[in-house]
Amino acid sequence: MSAEDLTASIETLENEGVLHRLPPEPAPAPGEAVPKPSARRHLWIVRRLAYTVVSLLVVSILVFGATQILPGDAANAILGNQATPKALAQMRAQLGLDQPITAQYLSWITGALHGDFGTSLTLNEPVSQVLAEKVRNSGVLLLLTVIVIVPVSVLLGVYTAVKRDKLFDTATLSVLMVVSALPEFVLGIFLVVIFSTGLMHLFPATALLAADQNPLSTPNALVLPVAVLVLVSVPYLTRLIRASMIEVLDSDYVQNARLKGISERRILFRHALPNALVPPVQALAETLAYLVGGVVVVEYLFAYPGLGTALTDAVSGRDLPMVQASTLLLATVYMVVNLLADVATVYLTPKLRTATS
Amino acid sequence: MTLVEVSDFQVTLDRGGRAIVDEVGFTMEAGEIVALVGESGSGKTTIGTALLGFFRSGASPASGRIVVDGQDVLAMDVAELRAARGSLISYVPQDPTTALNPALRVGEQVLEVLAAHRTDGSRAEWREEVRAIFAEVQLPSTDEFLQRFPHQLSGGQQQRVCIAASLVARPRLIVFDEPTTGLDVTTQAYVLDVVRSVCSRHDIAALYITHDLAVVAAIADRVMVAYSGHLVETGRAAELFAAPREEYTRELLEAIPDLDRPRPSAAGAVAAVDGAAPAAPVLAVKDLTARYGRKTALHGVELSVRPGHCLAVVGESGSGKTTLGRCIIGLMDSYDGAVELAGETLPRSVRRRTRRQHQELQYVFQNPYASLNPRQTIGHSLAVPLKGLGGVGGAALDSQIGDALEKVRLPRSVMHQYPGELSGGERQRVAIARALASGPKVLVCDEITSALDVSVQASIVDLLHELQVQEQLALLFVTHNLALTRWIADEVMVMRSGRVVESGPCDQVLTQPTDAYTQRLLDSTPRLAAVAG
Repeated sequence: MSAEDLTASIETLENEGVLHRLPPEPAPAPGEAVPKPSARRHLWIVRRLAYTVVSLLVVSILVFGATQILPGDAANAILGNQATPKALAQMRAQLGLDQPITAQYLSWITGALHGDFGTSLTLNEPVSQVLAEKVRNSGVLLLLTVIVIVPVSVLLGVYTAVKRDKLFDTATLSVLMVVSALPEFVLGIFLVVIFSTGLMHLFPATALLAADQNPLSTPNALVLPVAVLVLVSVPYLTRLIRASMIEVLDSDYVQNARLKGISERRILFRHALPNALVPPVQALAETLAYLVGGVVVVEYLFAYPGLGTALTDAVSGRDLPMVQASTLLLATVYMVVNLLADVATVYLTPKLRTATS
Repeated sequence: MTLVEVSDFQVTLDRGGRAIVDEVGFTMEAGEIVALVGESGSGKTTIGTALLGFFRSGASPASGRIVVDGQDVLAMDVAELRAARGSLISYVPQDPTTALNPALRVGEQVLEVLAAHRTDGSRAEWREEVRAIFAEVQLPSTDEFLQRFPHQLSGGQQQRVCIAASLVARPRLIVFDEPTTGLDVTTQAYVLDVVRSVCSRHDIAALYITHDLAVVAAIADRVMVAYSGHLVETGRAAELFAAPREEYTRELLEAIPDLDRPRPSAAGAVAAVDGAAPAAPVLAVKDLTARYGRKTALHGVELSVRPGHCLAVVGESGSGKTTLGRCIIGLMDSYDGAVELAGETLPRSVRRRTRRQHQELQYVFQNPYASLNPRQTIGHSLAVPLKGLGGVGGAALDSQIGDALEKVRLPRSVMHQYPGELSGGERQRVAIARALASGPKVLVCDEITSALDVSVQASIVDLLHELQVQEQLALLFVTHNLALTRWIADEVMVMRSGRVVESGPCDQVLTQPTDAYTQRLLDSTPRLAAVAG
């Protein structure tokens, strides 16, 4: 694409209101006011939030629809296979399953918006109450993992990029490659074998929590699950940051900063890193979404009562209200995390920050 | 006082040990502006950045000395180099759009030079110095401006920010690495003015690297000509331009388009057309108004080109000249008005045009590095339009591909090569061969030489000229370079902000412009005569 093509397409974007450029020369006269971009920025975030809400509504319809298609319904699940048709019909009327499907959806979503997801069919407790615990447990796991993986992968990524093709870099990359090639349960088993059986008894092999127990009350039990999740996420993020950092370190503006006599530390952390973080931020969002609901294996391995396990249990037990609620919850987390990543990207990219409509 | 002394300097590649800069020696006086001229591969940038002790990865200094202000640059350790860069010797890069950090505010990018080199003073004091420097390079020095990010500045402003950063710590020597290459002529004239005035005011010596000898005329006291890693000729600008001693310098001078001098080979074309009665226009554009959304990019543009003639469309960035070319070829279809090929109105979109219309109207893109598929051989790329003519295949196709390559003065064997194995000039020849393969009547060339060296540009222009005469090809030559039109065009059309401000025979427009904007463009275009005359 030639420079002029680019200008032309930028012009198109400007006209469609996607991009707004400050006028080029002449520059505003001294003292001339330039509208603050902050108002626009907030508008952008509000609009983005609105999109998120709409997407969640669509997801709620899909989730509800999918659970309707599943063979059997709540009445089946409660009464079991031996139930008479009459009993089933009675139960359906009681649960409101004889209503039109739109009415069922509306009553479900209205309840959901008020925090009422119905009653778990297998546990006979309010879904929201059951899930609240799981959410807390998964949240603790997620937070601890993030607190470790972000600095570790940033530092490793930057350092390997700086030392590219040197011994430290190649050695680190090989180790990371091996680690990321191992499935998480293998990593978990290794850790258990090393740290909680035979060799050392440093940490418990399982995190059996009482129903109301906050996982933070037994920090020892969290070490191994967090360690596995860190080992699973760090290689991916590190390699991304390394690649992105190498590209930025080769850029003209980094060379120019060197020719200005700027210190290497400032070049790394003020010139290069903010520009290098944009792609990894999106990847971090994916990782977070995965850490919330996708870590069933790790939860199972350490008997950790998280959201992932709750969802799989609900699916196998045909516990439709639980399935609906936890799926919707995971979708929400996924979207919120992505929204945050987009906001962070905009924050890291002045061109986007000052060019929203 | 001698400020810079380079002696017997050599740079070699780490792999293979080939010398990319060899036996280079020169001196510079304090406050002197010396131009270093050369084409790609001449080693001029390597020599320039060597003055800052910087070598691109894979290249290292092998021998020689570089002494700046009594200090041996090549003997400095990392800390000494860092201290010298930006404060003793500074650098202004070629492309300010990539050389400024997109995530840092422009004021900060200048202030950090002071922060890195000053041992005394506060940020508040430094900020005042930055303000003063901005004013000096004729940028606004308001807080609002200092707080802007690079993308909020025009190209000329960005380059002046780079110049401000190079000046702020009061160096003795500045290396300018083609600082005006990407700028419009009027902006270039402005930046050159700034460079000249700050150097003389602060008694700063400047090494001005460029491929454009005409720019040299506007700025330098002395000129050094680099060719494949050697300095082939050095001398006072006026003497060197008037009587170049070296064959290469002479060729380079001849290759530079100059407003005062038609290209010698251009005479033939006019004679060939004079004999016959004027033919009807083969391409005509009538009342063309193009829009991007609500913004109008072209306002009622009219033009016509006759067979064997060349119309140059000249304008700065944003003038709409590329949009015009894209409307004609059908890549841009939101326009009112008509594009007529040999009397028939073309459908707006290229997709609705017939095969014959495609064949008769062809387009060559600006960037030869991006317009050829890197994963296809040249032969493959050329086969597409040839097959479109119908019926050719096998050995006949190969021989036609060979003929097409010979027409643009390339060896037939090029058909087995990939674009990556060719130079920029060779690639642009292939692109022209591809456009010619279908036997067009009209060729639209969009800035096709702007990515090429001047000597390559000269040979491409010669080639187009021959084709124009031999094949009675009508050319629409879009360019920002007014001097180049002197070489190639019979008629010139000057555009500004989507409007035609002036059009007419080349000689008339370039010597007796009726429009003030054309006059300004002419005044801003550097001329060799400024030094030689």
